[in-house]
Amino acid sequence: MSTRDKILQAVKNNKPALIPLQEIPALLDVTEENPIVKFTAILKNLSTEVKEVDGWDEVIQYVSELKQQYKIVTVIDGVDGIVNDGADTINQSAAALASLDYALIKGPIGIAENGAIWLNDKNLPNRLLPFICQHLVLVIEAKDIVSNMHQAYRKIQVNEEGYGVFISGPSKTADIEQSLVIGAHGPLSLRVYIVH
Amino acid sequence: MQGTTTHSEKAAQFIANEPRTDWHDDTLWFVRTKRDRAAHTIEAWEGLRATASHIKEHTLSNLHDYLTQFEQNALANGVQVHWAADAAEHNAIVHSIIKKAGIDKIVKSKSMLTEECHLNEYLIQQGIDVVDTDLGERIVQFRHELPSHIVLPAIHLKKQDVSDTFHEHLGTEKDNIDPSYLTHAARLHLRDKFIASDVAITGVNFAIAETGGIVVCTNEGNADMGVHAARVHIACMGMEKMIPKAEHLGVFLRLLARSATGQPITTYSSHFHKPRKGAEMHIVIVDNGRSRQLGRADFRNSLKCIRCGACFNTCPVYRRSGGHSYHNAVAGPIGSILAPNIDMRKNADLPFASTLCGSCSNVCPVKIDIHDQLWKWRQVLMKEGYGGSGKNIMMKGMAFVLSHPRIYRMAGGMGRKVMRWMPWLFNNKSLNPWYKNREMPAPPKQSFREWYQQNKQ
Repeated sequence: MSTRDKILQAVKNNKPALIPLQEIPALLDVTEENPIVKFTAILKNLSTEVKEVDGWDEVIQYVSELKQQYKIVTVIDGVDGIVNDGADTINQSAAALASLDYALIKGPIGIAENGAIWLNDKNLPNRLLPFICQHLVLVIEAKDIVSNMHQAYRKIQVNEEGYGVFISGPSKTADIEQSLVIGAHGPLSLRVYIVH
Repeated sequence: MQGTTTHSEKAAQFIANEPRTDWHDDTLWFVRTKRDRAAHTIEAWEGLRATASHIKEHTLSNLHDYLTQFEQNALANGVQVHWAADAAEHNAIVHSIIKKAGIDKIVKSKSMLTEECHLNEYLIQQGIDVVDTDLGERIVQFRHELPSHIVLPAIHLKKQDVSDTFHEHLGTEKDNIDPSYLTHAARLHLRDKFIASDVAITGVNFAIAETGGIVVCTNEGNADMGVHAARVHIACMGMEKMIPKAEHLGVFLRLLARSATGQPITTYSSHFHKPRKGAEMHIVIVDNGRSRQLGRADFRNSLKCIRCGACFNTCPVYRRSGGHSYHNAVAGPIGSILAPNIDMRKNADLPFASTLCGSCSNVCPVKIDIHDQLWKWRQVLMKEGYGGSGKNIMMKGMAFVLSHPRIYRMAGGMGRKVMRWMPWLFNNKSLNPWYKNREMPAPPKQSFREWYQQNKQ
């Protein structure tokens, strides 16, 4: 018998009688009174700069300012005045991307209770982008902010693409004497635009 | 690194440095209070705990089917699935994948399973250069130590220790103890490693049966940096990481980081289903005693654990004895109920390293009855003869005295007299271990029975 079959047989022999699976109780899913306010407050607490803006003008302006000084990649679709140049990075190696200053990426969903924004391969022409850049800028439309994780998992399909990630705040660590340091291996900073 | 000394002997070494013990105690208690604050912001917290516990209990009761379903779906996603009965098989599988890729430098993010299997030691013996990329794990790796906490691997160290270590290995300024400076030095050092490595090993926080995918949670971003820069991703998981559906992640991700460090969620919650084009993804599913534990009705609930570390942070014994005292990859209360299953003889002391206060069970996000299981392990270990002869003789002596009222009365009277006349006999650390960190109470003049007989009307 293969190891696989031996393990599965042992599990089958030793497991207790079946306990039927119940639905996740509806009472866990509490809708926030004001998801945007909550989302903003949580992210500010996570050392993230939050900009709530009307329309795309400020984002467009920011992208063009960054472009003049830094090496940036923008993965934002369908906005006049912003060029999505994410496809250029598809085949780039980690060594090539290591010098990337900014990545600007629009996500399809944000979560009020923890400030997380979902990205998957659709928004990530190269999976390294939101990790290897020195600074990350995430963009989310106000209408796409849900209250909690239960609502988020109803909206996304985790295996729609090969890879997906919730990102909440800049990378960080407190491994040295519990002192919080922003900027571990991933970005040193995160800015989030909430666009109305 | 794991000697044969017991928890109490190692703990005695740890508490010899009193200011440091106090600091360790306070620091972990602070993490516990952060957990409380985070939990209290969630109205449905207790409902979440009950639901998480139920999902895990259900999963264990159907684990065979879920493992099979997970494998099928992972294979359909283009992932290679491997099965390991024990640590040795796990290590050999990982090594064979690395060898096949023709690589001798790998990066690794946090995985308690690989600690349990002593993978690093094994790979280094095979000539592989292993770099732990979690900052805390890198620190302890430089120091040839093991993690002392499953979430905070270097919590036993102070800034000065890290500064000394980095000065030696990374050439940082001597005595510069600024955490930002030290973290930045590690960032630069590890970026080079990420870019240079073609194999990345990660752990697994959750494995989703219905989609064949895995979820890995980090704050530093090291798992993702490693995996996306590498050509080969090897994810190592204990088989109890299974959950039935993706929607269950909502329950577990709400609980995990809040219970661990008081954060609303980890910075990155990464969902891996398929390797990127041109890359490989492997999942190694490990038993290593888990199927045996599943068969122990009193202890199978320990397999619900999601490795948040909340029971460590709240435990009065862990906080004052440090993780290395537990001589097991997973320390603390949960480690003390997992370890005897792996090696009863070697870990017989661990279920006794507890006050049975129950705080661990109260903070556990999946409601494992940790303190009950500690107590139950004590019964098993005594019965199996692992309790030590001293404990046995004492227990038998006590049973004899307590079941003979006259002898009990006589012994009580003698005890009170001896305590009064020969206090040195009790206030003596080598004769009376109880005295080590405590003052003895003043002996009462009479027993309760004598007092009652005088005072009853």
